[in-house]
Amino acid sequence: MIAPALILVAVLLALAPAGMALSGIARGPAILYGACLMVATALCAIALSSLLDPAHPVSSITLPIGLPWIGAQFRIDPLAAFFLAVVNFGGAAASLFALGYGAHETSPGRVLPFYPAYLAGMNVVVLASDAFSFLVAWEFMSLSSWALVVSHHREAENVRAGYVYLLMASFGTLALLLAFGVLAGASGHYDFDSIRAARPVGQMASLVMLLALLGAGSKAGLVPLHAWLPLAHPAAPSHVSALMSGVMTKVAVYGFVRIVFDLLGPSEWWWSMLLLAVGGPSAAMGVLYALMQRDIKRVLAYSTIENIGIVFAGLGLALAFKAEGMDLVAALAFTAALLHVFNHAVFKSLLFFGAGSVLNATGARDMEKLGGLIHRMPQTAFALLVGCVAISALPPFNGFVSEWLTFQAILLSPQLPAWGLKLIIPAVGGLLALAAALAAACFVKLYGVSFLGRARTALAAEAQETDRFSLAAMFVLAALCLAAGIFPAFFIDALDGVSKSMVGTSMPHQASLAWLTIVPIAEGRSSYNGLLVFAFGLLSGSIASLAIHRLASDRVRRAPAWDCGYPDPDVAIQYTASSFSQPIRRVFGTLLFSVREIGEMPPPGSSRPARLTVEMHDLIWETLYAPIGSAISFATERVNVLQFLTIRRYLALVFSALVLLLLVLAL
Amino acid sequence: MNGIGDLAVQGAQMLLVLALAPLLTGFVRKLKARLLRRQGPPLAQPYRDLIRLMRKDVVLAENASWLFRVIPYIIFAGTWVAASLVPTFGSGLLFSWSADLIAIVALLGSARFFQALAGMDVGTSFGGLGSSREVMIASLAEPATLITVFSVAMIAGSTQLSTIAEYMGSGAAGLRVSLGLALFALSIVSIAENGRIPVDNPATHLELTMVHEAMVLEYSGRHLALIDLSAQLKLLLYLSLIACMFMPWGSAPPQADQLALALGALTYVAKLAILGFLLALFETAIAKMRVFRIPEFLGAALMLALLATLLRFVSGSL
Amino acid sequence: MHGLEFDVAHLLAGSLVLASFMMLYQDRLSALLNVYAAHAIVLALSVTWQAFVQHAPHLYVTASIALVFKAIVIPVALHRIIVRLGIHREIETTFGVGLTMIGGIGLVALSMVVMLRVTPTADALAREDLAFALSVVLLGLLIMVTRRNAVSQVVGFMSLENGLVLAATGAKGMPLVVEISVAFSVLIAFIVIGIFLFRIRERFDSVDVQALDRFRGERR
Repeated sequence: MIAPALILVAVLLALAPAGMALSGIARGPAILYGACLMVATALCAIALSSLLDPAHPVSSITLPIGLPWIGAQFRIDPLAAFFLAVVNFGGAAASLFALGYGAHETSPGRVLPFYPAYLAGMNVVVLASDAFSFLVAWEFMSLSSWALVVSHHREAENVRAGYVYLLMASFGTLALLLAFGVLAGASGHYDFDSIRAARPVGQMASLVMLLALLGAGSKAGLVPLHAWLPLAHPAAPSHVSALMSGVMTKVAVYGFVRIVFDLLGPSEWWWSMLLLAVGGPSAAMGVLYALMQRDIKRVLAYSTIENIGIVFAGLGLALAFKAEGMDLVAALAFTAALLHVFNHAVFKSLLFFGAGSVLNATGARDMEKLGGLIHRMPQTAFALLVGCVAISALPPFNGFVSEWLTFQAILLSPQLPAWGLKLIIPAVGGLLALAAALAAACFVKLYGVSFLGRARTALAAEAQETDRFSLAAMFVLAALCLAAGIFPAFFIDALDGVSKSMVGTSMPHQASLAWLTIVPIAEGRSSYNGLLVFAFGLLSGSIASLAIHRLASDRVRRAPAWDCGYPDPDVAIQYTASSFSQPIRRVFGTLLFSVREIGEMPPPGSSRPARLTVEMHDLIWETLYAPIGSAISFATERVNVLQFLTIRRYLALVFSALVLLLLVLAL
Repeated sequence: MNGIGDLAVQGAQMLLVLALAPLLTGFVRKLKARLLRRQGPPLAQPYRDLIRLMRKDVVLAENASWLFRVIPYIIFAGTWVAASLVPTFGSGLLFSWSADLIAIVALLGSARFFQALAGMDVGTSFGGLGSSREVMIASLAEPATLITVFSVAMIAGSTQLSTIAEYMGSGAAGLRVSLGLALFALSIVSIAENGRIPVDNPATHLELTMVHEAMVLEYSGRHLALIDLSAQLKLLLYLSLIACMFMPWGSAPPQADQLALALGALTYVAKLAILGFLLALFETAIAKMRVFRIPEFLGAALMLALLATLLRFVSGSL
Repeated sequence: MHGLEFDVAHLLAGSLVLASFMMLYQDRLSALLNVYAAHAIVLALSVTWQAFVQHAPHLYVTASIALVFKAIVIPVALHRIIVRLGIHREIETTFGVGLTMIGGIGLVALSMVVMLRVTPTADALAREDLAFALSVVLLGLLIMVTRRNAVSQVVGFMSLENGLVLAATGAKGMPLVVEISVAFSVLIAFIVIGIFLFRIRERFDSVDVQALDRFRGERR
């Protein structure tokens, strides 16, 4: 299966220069995105066929490119197949969306060449089976996405986003480079098979794990390495934002799983604690940040941090159980994390597509310029509603299933003997529950402010429904949200192979159970049946509706809004995004953002309006990034002197460096 | 297996909760009135209100969307399904395995999600105010519920409500600090979730601190009836939840005969009456809180629940 | 394990921790005193139960001391004091309640881990009791640290002392003399502090102990 996959990736790479040529033609974007859609769909099919086929789980190939003595090795095993499926499913959906959305692009020449290159980069990361190809593809992915982030380079904000992103991406690659360096060890074998054969142990293994967490975590957006994410993801065109948030963060998760679960051997006891201690707070803080935003795409970017936190908490649980030899529960936690990877890819793409459609229709990303879009864009509104419910982890949609599985794994953790885990796991459980509740608040706000109520500006009042390609992409994803929510058994079973290869065993087969119930451990312990819950809900809702309409009344009158007798025609009277989150800001904000609200009341008799000033700080930025930044600029100021030397001094510098190196060699 | 019998019991449960919910609300209202030495409305008043509302026309705000009209049914469906999955007079109901306690909490979360959206649909200031406060309260109450669920589930070794109820009923749990803390936390959460005093006042309009009433201000006629009924179901659900987890005595075991079922139903009604009385007593004795005191109140519940879970984690290893 | 004996002792000790949390949460002075009274009543119950379980009649004396002095005399006296000082309606604004509660949870977790780790051989009842007692002591300290009002600091101190008594009764065979002396020392501490309160108030027109800090700063 690997050969056709590589050929398709090569097609994607070839599309990149073609994109440059196509950007001049009117139908160019459509042709390019159509081609990408076909290639990504084919790749997704390949991935699914090897994921679901237990007979041929692994196929590999070595190409004579890259480093001369090892070549470039590629391989599809169950883990790669799963992430390949996620990447290309996201890619296909984004390409379908872009068929419509891309037509609005103002400077297609800056997007079209990089888009297929970006897709190809992500594919190669997943397929690579040696450190060299992995890192090259990783950097390729970073750089092409950077180019897409700065495609609208005339906005100062995007340039800054691009700069921060480039720095953090380089940092992440550096960490991964070092990780692979340690993994390869003195022997210098860079292919994954040799690394598996000679695994580092003890402190070296821990070092690799830490470096992998830094490298992959910075790409995935774990707190406190997340600073670039909410800047960069919204800056790109919306279909690319969807890819970055929904898919690229998953590639980072893949990198982490590949290194820590596959290449490294048995884990140390504190690794899982570290993962849990990073994952839980990431989840809670990500969503709190999201709640404070007004920009739709930025809300979505911050909520990505939340979901990545949930995924990493699940991975941490899996590591903890695996270390104790509780393989079955480890499989449960691992499956929960991977299912959440898939779910998040689906609903986050959907939400970004919705945000993109709104952006196209109104030109605004600021929620406080929107409102009432449900009347103007009913279909987008419906699809986006599904996405909002799904990401809030509410039944019967898919987000709930993966969170439910994670909670089930947490409930089995008192059996773990380590004291630290006993204290940290309940806290992480609490944080995940808090994150789920806050996510619901966040998406009530996003949907309520931008789609419900009355239009706040003329732009929103005259919005038009988006094109049919974009709608098709959104409806496919929305349908998948529901399908994965009410038939979770099939999706869980599809992960069996991955879980078997990574934690040694898999969850019991689910699809064969009666009524498609999912039972992670034992029937007496816990079970959930999305299908029945959905059916019961549908049934009772329809019964109520029918009975009331038949027996009581079905008449409707329209009248002005009641509003307790004081309806105000002014649209500014509505709750805004900021006022909606004010109570939550007051509850959590003093601690996390050191929020200060200063209310200035004019003296009695004065006609001056009252003022409310809200001061918010991003404490992570201020305490972590800003000092590093100023230290670096201080250092560079000093080194800058070297730019202005005479030629004789330059020569002296080079000469002394040479002598110094020789001395080092000599001693 | 007597499949038909099981189905009948499950159906009876669904109808029972629906029929009892308004009565419970009426009962609490009556008790509160009597405690204040007022006569109070008759017990059947909530039924009359519901029927009257259902017969009236719906007056929709001019810019209300389709979502606004669908939401009452969604809320009702979510709450009803959740309420009919909580064991009332007997455990081991036919479909009790289709959703465990976490799923029940999440179903209520779905209902609340849509309720908060409904508050924002018409674009009035009161609606937004209610929604905004509701999600603030929920953002603390929901984790508190979930963590309470965790601690109870860890003691009983299951998140299935039927199993939990049987385990608690068997006496194997004994008296445990975690359980006490969990009960405390769950009581606070129940008060907050149902908008009772001191968190919200179910009996007022036009008060700046109202939450639930502000959200449903634009609803009328059958829509309002459904939302009221859902609120009553929710109160019943929480009281049943407390009853089945912390007062498991007398409820019918799975596959029970008619006599046991009847006995279970009797004790269930008695338990509801006791809890309703306690609720009325508490509500009469305490004053409404300022909105920004509520986070502290709920935060305390959250912390207690967390403490319960923590104790469970630590002492589970003894 | 021990069946009912264990469960009830466990529950009562846990309720003492719960009462400590309620004190931590309560920022109204008069309500705080009521919670303290409840704290002492729970302590008395717990000690009574221990007396019953251990067949140690002298513990009944301890229990009655706790009931009479700590649950009745001291709260009533403190109520009078705060009414005379005119601060019975005062609300203290200290750190956020949430933050203190999180700190409290952390302390309980800490004491659990420490106690269960260092006493692996002791019997389960004593271990849990000791862990709870340490939590009560630490929570009492936390109350003293986070409050600015001298009266609530006194209450924090008293609850700390309750924790000590809990620890002492849990460990079998504490002589009665020690009990009584502890009780009297507390009483004397209470009187001394009571007198101090009035002295502070006379000097600074407030029982906010920050006034003392300011005063010291000026003198230096």
